[in-house]
Amino acid sequence: MDTDLSSQDRKDLDKFIKFFALKTVQVIVQARLGEKICTRSSSSPTGSDWFNLAIKDIPEVTHEAKKALAGQLPAVGRSMCVEISLKTSEGDSMELEIWCLEMNEKCDKEIKVSYTVYNRLSLLLKSLLAITRVTPAYRLSRKQGHEYVILYRIYFGEVQLSGLGEGFQTVRVGTVGTPVGTITLSCAYRINLAFMSTRQFERTPPIMGIIIDHFVDRPYPSSSPMHPCNYRAGEDNGAVYPSVEDSQEVCTTSFSTSPPSQLSSSRLSYQPAALGVGSADMGYPILFAGGLNAAHPHQLIGPGKEGGVPPIPSQPAHGTQADQERICTPLDGVHYSAATPSSSEDTETVSNSSEGKCGSPHDLLETIFIRKVGAFVNKPINQVTMANLDIPFAMFAPKNVELEDNDPMGSLHSEGSSGSSTGNTHDDFVMIDFKPAFSKDDILPMDLGTFYREFQNPPQLSSLSIDIGAQSMAEDLDSLPEKLAVHEKNVKEFDAFVETLQ
Amino acid sequence: PRRTCRRAHSPGAAPAMNCRAEVLEVSVEGRQVEEAMLAVLHTVLLHRSTGKFHYKKEGTYSIGTVGTQDVDCDFIDFAYVRVSSEELDRALRKAVGEFKDALRNSGSDGMGQISLEFYQKKKSRWPFSDECIPWELWTIKVNVVNLANEQERQICREKVGEKLCEKIINIVEVMNRHEYLPKMPTQSEVDNVFDTSLKDVQPYLYKISYQITDSLGTSVTTTMRRLIKDTLAL
Repeated sequence: MDTDLSSQDRKDLDKFIKFFALKTVQVIVQARLGEKICTRSSSSPTGSDWFNLAIKDIPEVTHEAKKALAGQLPAVGRSMCVEISLKTSEGDSMELEIWCLEMNEKCDKEIKVSYTVYNRLSLLLKSLLAITRVTPAYRLSRKQGHEYVILYRIYFGEVQLSGLGEGFQTVRVGTVGTPVGTITLSCAYRINLAFMSTRQFERTPPIMGIIIDHFVDRPYPSSSPMHPCNYRAGEDNGAVYPSVEDSQEVCTTSFSTSPPSQLSSSRLSYQPAALGVGSADMGYPILFAGGLNAAHPHQLIGPGKEGGVPPIPSQPAHGTQADQERICTPLDGVHYSAATPSSSEDTETVSNSSEGKCGSPHDLLETIFIRKVGAFVNKPINQVTMANLDIPFAMFAPKNVELEDNDPMGSLHSEGSSGSSTGNTHDDFVMIDFKPAFSKDDILPMDLGTFYREFQNPPQLSSLSIDIGAQSMAEDLDSLPEKLAVHEKNVKEFDAFVETLQ
Repeated sequence: PRRTCRRAHSPGAAPAMNCRAEVLEVSVEGRQVEEAMLAVLHTVLLHRSTGKFHYKKEGTYSIGTVGTQDVDCDFIDFAYVRVSSEELDRALRKAVGEFKDALRNSGSDGMGQISLEFYQKKKSRWPFSDECIPWELWTIKVNVVNLANEQERQICREKVGEKLCEKIINIVEVMNRHEYLPKMPTQSEVDNVFDTSLKDVQPYLYKISYQITDSLGTSVTTTMRRLIKDTLAL
């Protein structure tokens, strides 16, 4: 047992770890909302900013984190994990990152809890802020929109990295030693964003980066559901985008390496966001589906006026503060409840206290987060998928991708029945046999695609080619008098013919 | 007003025993210099700034809150987080702007380095002026490349973005080592450790300097000159 640690220190440490975990989740989720975050510095301590950092608390996120933790703290073998995944409008999804907050057994008995540990946790949060912008998922999340959204899921227990595909990379954000163990924060992220299928059953490999759903083997089917990282209704700033970009994409690729049959795949496909790939090629607009009211993370927190501030280092952070709840009131009136470093932080009352006093609780108007996964504003799903197959009677065409239902976990996809792949000419392009409806081999034993290609460039008409034309012209001119003579001889016949016509 | 202090060491010389030195190198296009430098400097200063201290009775103090904001780069496929302090941003932009201009005016070589040094002031008795003791030195070596066409520029955007991601990870790694940091000062000592001139945040005392390397290696001469000057100065 930690006999060296005073009970007050132990309580403080547990509180620090708990709020560190909550703030970690906030930072990670907010970094994947797809918007730029901006919070204000405040020279006067507000008393509600843990670790002296202005990190907003999105209530739903806090709620989810608390639910996952269920009153426990990260300990050896019990890690808190935030899983970030991507889900397309068709229901394919893929894990992008797992952020792990772990505890190991290496203790640092000498360290001062209320001072050094606190400051180092603060430093670690700053590092987390920096690192969350550096992994590939950040750029993906900034471009989330009509085609895909970024989802998060919090779980507690053993870390599961199997969903990240092969060759995932790990980056360590940092560690903080404490008398009860060393806290480690790290991120494992997928680097293979080309969505190569690793499914055990046969299916058509994707082209141009369509995500294959992999939830078949989901280790935690009953555990916490996925949550979208943002919601913004009616935002239309990218409506034109997919069609323009994708049609261009499709046009450029269809004639070079892949048969036109490839056009039949989803128009909403996009290029994989490999590390550092040029953004000019990626055509995803920003749309936020489901979930939070953006929580407008870019809004600023009004600086609190009053202290009730945890003085450091002589007193522990929560001290014997008043039980006041403090909230940070963003300027436009969206309210968040902040877990404050006071003893009674477990109640999450929301009160308006830009002046630092408790007011009457406001309703969380815009912060009633309605999760609408799949609520892609512009097109219903059915319409999208059908319209994409550019062949007549698409209904009868073999589907490569099954329509999604509004299952937040992502729908399972049937294997593509459109024939086996005939080999990969290119990692992202696969030759498949395209069997459009109504194309029978009556006249020619070939499919529409081959037919089209073959007869796309017929030889030029001989009369139109210059050489022959020139020759015959001369000949014609020469032979004209003869022809005229002949015609004149036959004048009577011609006249008789004309008579018959009248 | 800033008290001048004599330098314990010039940037070109070997740092003190307990001054850790980190060197980062980047190759960028001319128009990317500013953003790349700001990204690195801001990331370092994010970790080396706290909220404003408010001292109370009995030697206790409270700490203000540091806000952060995302910055998107225009010429690089990259985004970084900086402290929400306009004053700090202005100071860094000024220094980086000077560095960029110096690089541009130096000629076609386009090599230089910018240094961010954290130091502590140590009071000395009269007639000696205060000593500046560096405890951490970050040097960013810059190599400016010239690109021929738009395609190369696009590739450069991406590549430099990737490189900066690596640099951020390096910086965070160093920060995570939890090596020497000055002790939290008492109220009377706070100006020897922190820069208290900003109104919203409080970085550790720092200074930014730069050197341009031209093809003749003039920087060597500059260093020698400065060494001699420092040694002779009281």
